[in-house]
Amino acid sequence: MPDGAEPLLRVRNLKKYFPIRRGLLSHIAGHVKAVDDISFDINKGETFGLVGESGCGKTTAGRAILRLIEPDAGTVRFDSIDLLQLRKQELRRKRRDMQIIFQDPYASLNPRMTIRTIVGEPFAIHRLAAGLEREHRVADLLKTVGLDPVMMNRYPHEFSGGQRQRIGIARALALKPKLVVADEPVSALDVSIQAQIINLLADLQQQFGLTYLFISHAIPVIEHISTRIGVMYLGELVEVGTSAQICLAPKHPYTQALLSAVPIPDPAAKKQRIVLHGDVPTPINPPSGCRFHTRCPIAVERCKTEEPPLRQIEDGRDVSCHLV
Amino acid sequence: MKRAQRPEGYWHIVLRQFRRNRVAIAGLVVVLLLFIIAAFADFIASDKPLVMKYRNQVYFPVLKDYAAWLGVARWETQFQNVSFKDFVASNFDKRDWAQFPPIRYSPNEVSLTSVLRPPSAQHLLGTDDVGRDIASRVVHGSRVSLSVGFVAVSIYVLIGLFIGALAGYYGGIVDMIASRMIEIMLTIPTFFLIITVVAFLPPSILNIMIVIGITNWPTVARLTRGEFLKTKSLEYVVAAKALGASDVRTIFRHILPNTIAPVFVAATFGVASAILIESTLSFLGFGVPPSKASWGSILSNARQLLPSGWWLTVFPGLAIFLTVTSYNIVGEGLRDAADPRLKES
Repeated sequence: MPDGAEPLLRVRNLKKYFPIRRGLLSHIAGHVKAVDDISFDINKGETFGLVGESGCGKTTAGRAILRLIEPDAGTVRFDSIDLLQLRKQELRRKRRDMQIIFQDPYASLNPRMTIRTIVGEPFAIHRLAAGLEREHRVADLLKTVGLDPVMMNRYPHEFSGGQRQRIGIARALALKPKLVVADEPVSALDVSIQAQIINLLADLQQQFGLTYLFISHAIPVIEHISTRIGVMYLGELVEVGTSAQICLAPKHPYTQALLSAVPIPDPAAKKQRIVLHGDVPTPINPPSGCRFHTRCPIAVERCKTEEPPLRQIEDGRDVSCHLV
Repeated sequence: MKRAQRPEGYWHIVLRQFRRNRVAIAGLVVVLLLFIIAAFADFIASDKPLVMKYRNQVYFPVLKDYAAWLGVARWETQFQNVSFKDFVASNFDKRDWAQFPPIRYSPNEVSLTSVLRPPSAQHLLGTDDVGRDIASRVVHGSRVSLSVGFVAVSIYVLIGLFIGALAGYYGGIVDMIASRMIEIMLTIPTFFLIITVVAFLPPSILNIMIVIGITNWPTVARLTRGEFLKTKSLEYVVAAKALGASDVRTIFRHILPNTIAPVFVAATFGVASAILIESTLSFLGFGVPPSKASWGSILSNARQLLPSGWWLTVFPGLAIFLTVTSYNIVGEGLRDAADPRLKES
């Protein structure tokens, strides 16, 4: 982090445990530790990629940061304000500055509203523009994301997946937010459309000076768009570094395994595939010590008992592994 | 890709689906017909002429009756408390004329000279034990049935939507309390509760509406709660929250429009059952006051006279059957049309 300047987003010790209720009196029988003590910073203008397998808690982390899910512990400092201290009304006003793009473009648009209403809603909620002015701003937004404003009066079901995702992006950008959480924005789309949307997001970042928290399970996508990357496993961050550091010289055995699974488009290239054995353990009762030790190819006795802290091994490079 | 602007909303699709269902359309026609009959009951069955000319003056006695009832007009002194049929018979000369409605009897017009007459040209559906015209009573009884069905269901749909929405949206302790209330209400046999409550109240249509209304909300509340639970976690609702939408806005603009269809279907079935409940209550003597004609009360009256006079039971029974069946058919058609699986076609 450049000295002096506070990052746009500073997450410290964020936790979200979902209670599991059982029985007649629905007593709490345990917790799904979806996000268990994660910390990271995102600087203004950068794209922080959060990567990990399904169920590792990356979506929960993204939503907990925006308080779409109430976190159980930790602090989220955004734009010099502690989000978790805000009261309901203050939070609603603050939401102008932080937006989210969803994974499923079919579920994220209200099927009963026209595109005009959907994209115009942010202005209505924050009483920023009405009538003809709102209409112009909606038309501008649609043009910005590459849609024809003529389609304004249509309903979501009349659009393709890629077009719907563009509509979702237009809605998220309406209020000129500072931070956008992109929650797997392309994983529901065809590969050819994925590239279009990724490039659109990159262009918009340039144009509006956006900061992204980009959540995805696809390494190539994350590598392409991110300036820095955090790797999650079972609710914890196991490695954080710049895009190049993570992708070219991964330190954590889990990151190495993830990267080795990415296909290389060169039939001559020799590949060392690290195959992880066993399933991801349950986040209800995660393994003792290092959470990865049950599947780690290089685990030693110490890993089973002692939890490795996320420690800095070089500037801007954090890894949680005893053996690094 | 067409460039024409052609908004087609959800209800357009539902309507299109509904139109394909001929049985449902037939049911809807019957329901609408019943509404017309109920609305114009006084113009269909009344002892007053619709139009009459008397001494070079044209009168509209049925309309006048409404005006007098509303208090905006008074009867001419010569017509006050007069039986128009007698008046026409005794006072009219050749130049005067009167046009009576198709059924020339009021529902409570007693005639001891024509008691228990079977259906004939004069009394289309016969008369009861005090000479009241059954056709007129059935026509006027439709008002009670339809208004009870409508108002009672409106009351409980509103209560049910409110409680169900709170429970489903806010969850937690609110949901706990609401759910227990729903469960407690559901364990009580509604009909006996209604009878008990009605037994303590003076018989009136309004009381019946309210009692049916406040005892039947749990089914709607449970349905609404489930729909809200399902819908509130959908991404477009989360998106609204992320934009900073208020709870009111989220509920009314995002969740409710997407949950109302099944409630609407339930309400249609509810109207049918409310009509049945009213008829049953009136049949048991807990229903409308004796001065009001209702299908149930006609039946109740007929029961004492059985086995004489089949027309006393058949026609009001047929009216109840037809109405309830039509509502159920419409409800079924609506349910099929609102089914999301059919939306794409």
